[in-house]
Amino acid sequence: MNPSIHTIFAGGLVCPLDKNNVDTDQIIPKQFLTSVSRDGFADALFFDWRYLSDGSPNPEFVLNAPQYQGASILLSRANFGCGSSREHAPWALQQYGFQVIIAESFADIFYNNSANNGMLLIALSKGNIDSLFNRCSEGPQQWQIDLKNQEIRFGNNAALGFDIDQDVKQRLLSGLDFIGSSEQLAPKISDFEQSRKNNLPWLG
Amino acid sequence: MSQTLYQKIYQSHVVGQLNASTDLLYVDRHLIHEVTSPQAFAGLKQANRPVRRPDLTYATMDHNVSTQRRSMDAAGETSRKQLEALAENCDEHRIPLLDLTHPDQGIVHVIGPELGLTQPGMIIVCGDSHTSTHGAFGALSFGIGTSEVEHVLATQTLPQQAAKTLSIVIDGELSAHVTPKDIIMAVIGQLGTAGGNGYVAEFSGSAIRGMSMEGRMTLCNMSIEMGAKAGLIAPDDTTIAYLKGKPHAPTAEHWDAAVVYWRSLHSDADATFDQVVHIDASHIKPQVSWGTSPEQVIAVDQPIPAADDFTESSKQDAARRAYEYMGVQAGQKLTDLTVDVVFIGSCTNSRIEDLRAAAKVVQGKQVASGVRALIVPGSGQVKRQAEAEGLADIFKAAGFEWREPGCSMCLGMNDDRVESGQRCASTSNRNFEGRQGRGSRTHLVSPSMAAAAAIAGRFVDITTGEWA
Repeated sequence: MNPSIHTIFAGGLVCPLDKNNVDTDQIIPKQFLTSVSRDGFADALFFDWRYLSDGSPNPEFVLNAPQYQGASILLSRANFGCGSSREHAPWALQQYGFQVIIAESFADIFYNNSANNGMLLIALSKGNIDSLFNRCSEGPQQWQIDLKNQEIRFGNNAALGFDIDQDVKQRLLSGLDFIGSSEQLAPKISDFEQSRKNNLPWLG
Repeated sequence: MSQTLYQKIYQSHVVGQLNASTDLLYVDRHLIHEVTSPQAFAGLKQANRPVRRPDLTYATMDHNVSTQRRSMDAAGETSRKQLEALAENCDEHRIPLLDLTHPDQGIVHVIGPELGLTQPGMIIVCGDSHTSTHGAFGALSFGIGTSEVEHVLATQTLPQQAAKTLSIVIDGELSAHVTPKDIIMAVIGQLGTAGGNGYVAEFSGSAIRGMSMEGRMTLCNMSIEMGAKAGLIAPDDTTIAYLKGKPHAPTAEHWDAAVVYWRSLHSDADATFDQVVHIDASHIKPQVSWGTSPEQVIAVDQPIPAADDFTESSKQDAARRAYEYMGVQAGQKLTDLTVDVVFIGSCTNSRIEDLRAAAKVVQGKQVASGVRALIVPGSGQVKRQAEAEGLADIFKAAGFEWREPGCSMCLGMNDDRVESGQRCASTSNRNFEGRQGRGSRTHLVSPSMAAAAAIAGRFVDITTGEWA
């Protein structure tokens, strides 16, 4: 596994999805989970919202609006990614073109899955999220995401700082191999297994 | 220093530190299924990595299988390919697999406990969010993504950071017809679907001590629906009695030592939690979800709330959207809603106790005309036991479809789906838009409430009238 890692989060066009509790069944419905591949999920993203039952694009859904074509930053509300553990959700978002998701909060498993695929998730206070939606209501936005300095830049020297777990930040910036870095502790894993066998032999 | 149960299990599994905030934890049991594992095995192959501990890894087929007949191709071509990929991967890496021909095949969170794979003090992971179920045994258990599945296959470990601790104390005696499903739905209604984000929730109190293992599993199963990383219940006599004699439980040689260890697994009396919530179970009534989030839930005798009843504007908006999607109105009584489909099953409520509760309601009655009613047992063992106890005959005589084990209509990955606009009384765990099929309208309920809805053709308050 070598998830694509973005060393620079250059940012770009912002798509505002003004909803709370965007769940994984909405991000990618179950009928697309029968695949054995990691690829090919871009068209399945937000399927039930994005397409009408005859298969044509739903003109009411924000992702289909002409001014948001090519968006790479998704703005949403609280508890984004709640629901199942399907990693197909971040795969679909990423393959559609989103590199960054900004929301009030994220479900834990979705957050980890996104980080493991090199996608940046930024959590901000409700007040800050409200102000970002206000910006979007003024017209299409182009923002720059500076992960190193932890800033969303709006142009004209305006910026908004954000917090991020330093471990996640390092992994996103350096592109460290998720499994490879744990494998460096292989001798400790073997030691642990030996003591587990001695102390709790019924565990196998 | 005093510790919570979560902290004890976490610390006893630290293999080493990856950096200042992240530990590498050892995984005792890794459960896998067909949907979230193929890409992980492909990743291993690409990097030429073996599976470190196939003997601690167990596989089943559940999400994507037909529950009408035991055939790999019964749920379609792409499903067959996914099931075959799991069989090939398990064969190549010598991982035990409960395939469709195995008598104990079933839903991963039903078979783990009933085979004794789930034991107190373990760390158990699976590429499925409802892995929280196994917390009922005092095992730290949580769902992971496919990249993490690959990581565990390769190293039998997982990088983790310490979660916050939440204590949910549930005291009081349950009223008749009130079940663990009603308790957890009431808790989610109170805390919200994000109320547990970042926390591991430990359930305790007299209502928990009096609860069967099946009930505890239902409770922990849905702790993910309030966003908690895991649910936990300290092991006690009930836990130990359940495990005794299970196929993978400790053998006689180790049993006594295991029990001593298990009895040490509880939060210290003076341990402090980041948050404590007290619930009086005696006030809880049978619950029904009315909207498209598990937090949109009320007691069966309450009217559907008005949007203005919520203080947050976001919840008002969510309520308005839910009215439209669900075809309901503020102020409406749930008991005026007719149902088209009834689904009794899923990792939440497909165990023997759930089927007994449903059968008690159904006995001697008939499914209302026009209602399609399914019973999908959680495993081969549950199915055989229900048949031996005569429950299957009660269901079949009443007009229920009696199915093979699998996840089925909980998520509709196979061909068991709710049609657009249809209303379903479901014992599953999620009422999201489209969860049971595009346009499906899901109301989450307990098994006895679902059974009563099937008979009446609408939701009923089983604490009143002829049902009580």
